[in-house]
Amino acid sequence: MIKRLSSGPYLFWMLMFVIVPIVMILAFSMVTVTSGGDWSFSLSNFSRAFDPIYIAVLGRSLKIALEATFICFILGYPMAMILAKMPVKYRTFSVMLFVVPMWMNFLLRTYAWMTILGKNGIINGLLSLLGLPNVTFLYTEGAVLLGMVYNFLPFMVLPIYTVLMKMDQSLVEAAEDLGGDKRTVFRKVIFPLSIPGILSGVSMVFMPSVSTFVISNLLYGGQYMLIGNLIEQQFLVVNDWNFGSAVAMILMLLILASMAIMNRFGGGNPEERGANLW
Amino acid sequence: MVNKWMKRLYTVLIFGFLYAPIAVLAVFSFNDSKSTAKWEGFTLDWYQSLFQNSLIMKSLYYTVLVALIASVVATIIGTFAAFGIFYMKAWKQKVILNVNSIPILNPDIVTGISLMTLFVALNMELGLLTMIIAHVTFCIPYVILSVLPKFKQMPSEMLEAALDLGATPWYAFRKVIFPEIKPGIITGALIAFTLSIDDFVISFFTTGNGVGNLSIAIYSMARRGIKPEINALSTLMFIVVLVLMLVLNKRTKIEEI
Amino acid sequence: MKKIVSIVLLIALFATLFTGCKSEDKIVLNVYNWGDYIDEDIFETFEEETGIEINYETYATNEEMYTKIKKGGTQYDIAIPSDYMIEKMIKEDLLEPIDLSKIPNYANIDSRFKGLDFDPENKYSVPYFWGTVGIIYNTDLITEPVDSWSVLWDEKYSGMFTMVDSQRDSIMVALKKLGYSMNTKNLDELEAAKQALIEQKPLVLAYVGDNVKDMLISEEAAMAVVWSGEASAVIQEYDNFAYALPKEGSNMWFDNVIIPKGSKNIEAAHQFIDFLCRGDIGFKNADYVGYATCNTETMKLIDQSLIGTTYAYPDLKLLENFEIFSDPGDFITEYDRIWTEIKAK
Repeated sequence: MIKRLSSGPYLFWMLMFVIVPIVMILAFSMVTVTSGGDWSFSLSNFSRAFDPIYIAVLGRSLKIALEATFICFILGYPMAMILAKMPVKYRTFSVMLFVVPMWMNFLLRTYAWMTILGKNGIINGLLSLLGLPNVTFLYTEGAVLLGMVYNFLPFMVLPIYTVLMKMDQSLVEAAEDLGGDKRTVFRKVIFPLSIPGILSGVSMVFMPSVSTFVISNLLYGGQYMLIGNLIEQQFLVVNDWNFGSAVAMILMLLILASMAIMNRFGGGNPEERGANLW
Repeated sequence: MVNKWMKRLYTVLIFGFLYAPIAVLAVFSFNDSKSTAKWEGFTLDWYQSLFQNSLIMKSLYYTVLVALIASVVATIIGTFAAFGIFYMKAWKQKVILNVNSIPILNPDIVTGISLMTLFVALNMELGLLTMIIAHVTFCIPYVILSVLPKFKQMPSEMLEAALDLGATPWYAFRKVIFPEIKPGIITGALIAFTLSIDDFVISFFTTGNGVGNLSIAIYSMARRGIKPEINALSTLMFIVVLVLMLVLNKRTKIEEI
Repeated sequence: MKKIVSIVLLIALFATLFTGCKSEDKIVLNVYNWGDYIDEDIFETFEEETGIEINYETYATNEEMYTKIKKGGTQYDIAIPSDYMIEKMIKEDLLEPIDLSKIPNYANIDSRFKGLDFDPENKYSVPYFWGTVGIIYNTDLITEPVDSWSVLWDEKYSGMFTMVDSQRDSIMVALKKLGYSMNTKNLDELEAAKQALIEQKPLVLAYVGDNVKDMLISEEAAMAVVWSGEASAVIQEYDNFAYALPKEGSNMWFDNVIIPKGSKNIEAAHQFIDFLCRGDIGFKNADYVGYATCNTETMKLIDQSLIGTTYAYPDLKLLENFEIFSDPGDFITEYDRIWTEIKAK
């Protein structure tokens, strides 16, 4: 009885504040409003979203989000391994150090990157000190990528770290005893066992990267439209809530689909993925 | 040996990358100019005017207030929910966990807009209450995702055993289950607090009537240039958090995260 | 257990904290304004004089403010939208009429700024600040004269200038350059503007929504399309900048104070508007914000050297081919579509 009751408030909450609002957005997306204020049911918002212009926007978002996820993985995996092997004394503190930057305002941190990357910014200052030619960083695709990697790297490191920590050390020792050299042990034992952590890291980085609009706005000067910018523009600038809702629904389906594919591919299921979050 | 130095260097580089912008913020909080573009000399003025800026102080108050309430409420609801979910049938669990991931997967702007639409439809006045509800909504899933695994790691018969031995359900929860899942609860609360304190998009749509957090203040300020007071505030916040962590780290061992 | 008790106590404490705020009987006026667009010190003066407390909140664009007021759930007593937005809000019945007899200081407002097209009888709005959109440039880096929008299509300046990340303003630049009205409802003209902007896009460094001042000061950009007040702030601090009013004409804009529908403190809101129209208060705001005041009493207090400058108080004769944005009604969807297409390219 108590077992059932204890999730009651949660179920109510999710129904009220997650399901109902999503249904409302879905309803918005399937409605077109005529100039007179009359509305009718139609799928024209969805067909508009498949215009080549918007398909290009979608492709661009997917591409850059995949790139950001890949870079985070390459940078994050070694870091997670280093963390997992640190002496306990430093470990907790180092892990906390990954969380602390997130307590500083996200916009401010991104603005600070503008100061670092700018034409007369810190990096170019250093380059000219060394007598090297200046480089343009700001307002390039690279800057957006950097912003994403910077903001979402902890989301990759922490889940992988958690899995590595929980890994049964005896397996690793057994593999070593059986004569596996370091590389083989990593390839055959450690890496396969850490896949659930990688999967949750990948989704935690990919999802916000594919839907962000602030990073691209700031670091590419509003010229680089990602799907998040498209949605934001529909809701905040042009006031076309119906088209905006349709694009949002497409994005949501897309994310859900890619998560499903990844789970199939990794053999994990949602609850296991959850287990490895942080 | 070389390997060890490589590792150290790598760690330093990664932390350098994470903390570089924060260092820039801190340095420019002492800049004797309204702009963050050029270094014009040292000053402490911004730290002084920070405390006289009523908008920033009010936003700070709401940011911390909302983060505290939202993370506590989300942690309580989420922990009990995880308890219930753990004992559910497998298919039900699957359905619920899928719904649970919607707020995580959804772009913030969609969550924000949809909640705003709901609040307006319910005729609720946008403000502190609606903002807290919104924050609780996007925090709960993370709490569940960090608490639920701890239930799974727990020996499955533990609760049954305690109940058979005559413990009341509440007693069993407190004395048997709670110690087992505590690390998960702490992690969940920490994630919730972190997400809440940094949120802009969802807060923007779900608040109004003079209630706003720091992100909103910063965003609306940005058009005319971020004020150096904000940099000063961030520097202070950073120092407080760092000191707090050092003290915690010294005095107690924080549970494994 | 102790922890649970302390958590419950904590919640109780906060619960009392925020119900506590509401128990006072004081009138609280909800003021909704652009970020950093008022000298916040005047709130204290207002409270001392009238006993009315100000609850202040800010937004970044007209559209954000419109969304908040239109969709409901909020109760603002004062907001400060721009011209075309006021016209739109009047059409949609989102504004309370203003009783000018309760605003004696309305007499201070310069008659040239009264009765403009978007609110012909000032039934709903009282002027606050005005200005133009033009080109600010760094005279060290741009040595040739700047007097026309066409410099923004000049290959020579590729990657050196920024546009504004504002739908109407950016399309305005293209329309004006092509010699059309910036309030056009002609689809062909609008398509031509779209082509011009798409053609221009590779040359643009960025569409900036904010922080343009820092970009100019740090020489990230040598030239930028800006609102006059931003130019004024930069020029007053650095000598090597100038502000040009393009000869093809441009946008002349007004931000007026309004009372949104649903305000429960209409009396107090009138008091506040009257307070804003006072010469000394107007001066404090103008001095802090850097935009041009609409108030004749304030004009007497400002730095007289600003009068006649392009960026602060230009001679109105220079602005003859300048226009004020009007609300295009349903035709706005075409502007929306075009802007989305430009940005998505």
